[in-house]
Amino acid sequence: MIEARDLTKDYGSKRAVDGLSFTVQPGVVTGFLGPNGSGKSTTMRLILGLDATTRGDVTVNGRHYRDHASPLHEVGALLEARSVHTGRSAYNHLLALAQTHGIPRGRVSEVIDLVGLHEVARKRSGQFSLGMGQRLGIAAALLGDPKTVMLDEPVNGLDPEGIHWVRNLLKSLASEGRTVFVSSHLMSEMALTADHLIVIGRGRLIADTSVDDFVARASQKVVVVRSPALESLREALAAPGVSFEPAERGALEVHGLTAEEIGDAAAGAGIALHELTPQQASLEEAFMNLTRDEVEFATEMEKAVA
Amino acid sequence: MSTLAPNVRLPRLEVTGRVAFHRVLLSEWTKLRSVRSTKWSLFAGVLLTIAFPVLFSFVTRSHWGSMSPSDRAGRHPLDIALAGVNVAQLAVAVLGVLLISAEYSTGSIRSTFTAVPKRLPVLWAKLLDYAVVSFVLVLPAVLVSFFASQAILHNIPQLQISFSDPGVARSVIGGAVYVMLVGTFALAIGAIVRNTAGGIATFAAIFFVLPPLMFTLPTSWNNAISQYLPSEAGRQIFSLHHAAHTLTPLTGGLVFVAYCAAAIAIAAVLLVRRDV
Repeated sequence: MIEARDLTKDYGSKRAVDGLSFTVQPGVVTGFLGPNGSGKSTTMRLILGLDATTRGDVTVNGRHYRDHASPLHEVGALLEARSVHTGRSAYNHLLALAQTHGIPRGRVSEVIDLVGLHEVARKRSGQFSLGMGQRLGIAAALLGDPKTVMLDEPVNGLDPEGIHWVRNLLKSLASEGRTVFVSSHLMSEMALTADHLIVIGRGRLIADTSVDDFVARASQKVVVVRSPALESLREALAAPGVSFEPAERGALEVHGLTAEEIGDAAAGAGIALHELTPQQASLEEAFMNLTRDEVEFATEMEKAVA
Repeated sequence: MSTLAPNVRLPRLEVTGRVAFHRVLLSEWTKLRSVRSTKWSLFAGVLLTIAFPVLFSFVTRSHWGSMSPSDRAGRHPLDIALAGVNVAQLAVAVLGVLLISAEYSTGSIRSTFTAVPKRLPVLWAKLLDYAVVSFVLVLPAVLVSFFASQAILHNIPQLQISFSDPGVARSVIGGAVYVMLVGTFALAIGAIVRNTAGGIATFAAIFFVLPPLMFTLPTSWNNAISQYLPSEAGRQIFSLHHAAHTLTPLTGGLVFVAYCAAAIAIAAVLLVRRDV
């Protein structure tokens, strides 16, 4: 379990994380979603105590990360930035981490095999491809059999097989009752993996919701209707907050009403409908609708500063 | 890369241990020995510690017959034996900076501090590991240098000196102690500056630029101040003769230890406070 309360981080005059409060529950995969530069990586560094908070507080499994006696058994983390000495082999990198907790050598080999790095484990990690580096980072995260797993953009650089494997891994870890917190800037990736979503933009919380609710909430109420009596239908539906736009082939796009509301209104007025189609926003559209304001605001700010 | 098992399940870890200092010490030792450049730097340092006095001895022996009395008087057997210390200190200092600055440049410091979030045990472990390693490597090197140079100079009675003569054993062993302390000082500099080039430059400025700069001061000032510079105070640990305007070996050694302690204290405070 990860609990953040009013988490805030300034770098100089720039506010990277702004009053974030959220709880990441065990047993489900929680996606941490936001555009690039929205503060996801910073939030993860704050959780691990690598960066100090400017304001607010964050605990993992009930304590500040720093106060755990066996941190690697509490949290296994993959950070976005490279965090391996390029001159050291994967095996020795993991061994040095394991030794801080008295984790036996056998475990090092075990996680190396698990992520499929067995054949290159003794090579200098500086020679690794991006995907191999990601696998090594995942191996490090799993080393301590942690109660909470936190991965920053884990599928970056992975091939399709690797991506599929990470999805299965995350679900498997969550099904064992662990807390799984995984960040991405791709909504489509999260939709396939996550049960719950925490969405941020420009360091602020935008949504803390299940994936299904997120899509429903983010989708604008848009319904396409066709009717032989479109003008009468317009009059029947007219209300504050409802607007119309012409659609293809003489259809009408109704904004601000659900299909049920339109159907009921049409039946009440005795108007025949030939089509009544709710427009489901795609996940990526839903995500962009939610974060658009934040992104636009950020761009304007950058222009103003420049 | 081997293929990934489709059935993903993380095997459980039956034994769970706490972070403890002896474990961090072992972890830092693994890091120290598992980077190739580290091994080569130390090997080069040891080799130079021995090679310089040997070369110096051969040159002195072959030119002794043609040297003027004043040149001969300027040659001291212990200076010849410990000629490699100046070179060894550079190798050990560069590696000392690198041991921590490379963690920042490669980003491995994030892994390190994730495993040991209290951070300070990492600094203590690095210092202790490195002090032991550098002392254990440089001590035999200075001993070999001493006996090898004496053997090469065996037919020059004026340059014969016994290990049991007053101050000789202290100076020879002091050479290794000095190099060890330089290593800890440099490691602390590396932790403060967190950048390889900057760390080495800072070390060079303190040890090689500052002392000659003192000669621009009025002589009385220079005489009063120079002896307290880290390099000059530390040098007394392996100096046989107590020259004018220098500290005694014990005082000089203590002053140098104080410099190391101060650098380490600053490094420790910054290590805990700064973001990584």
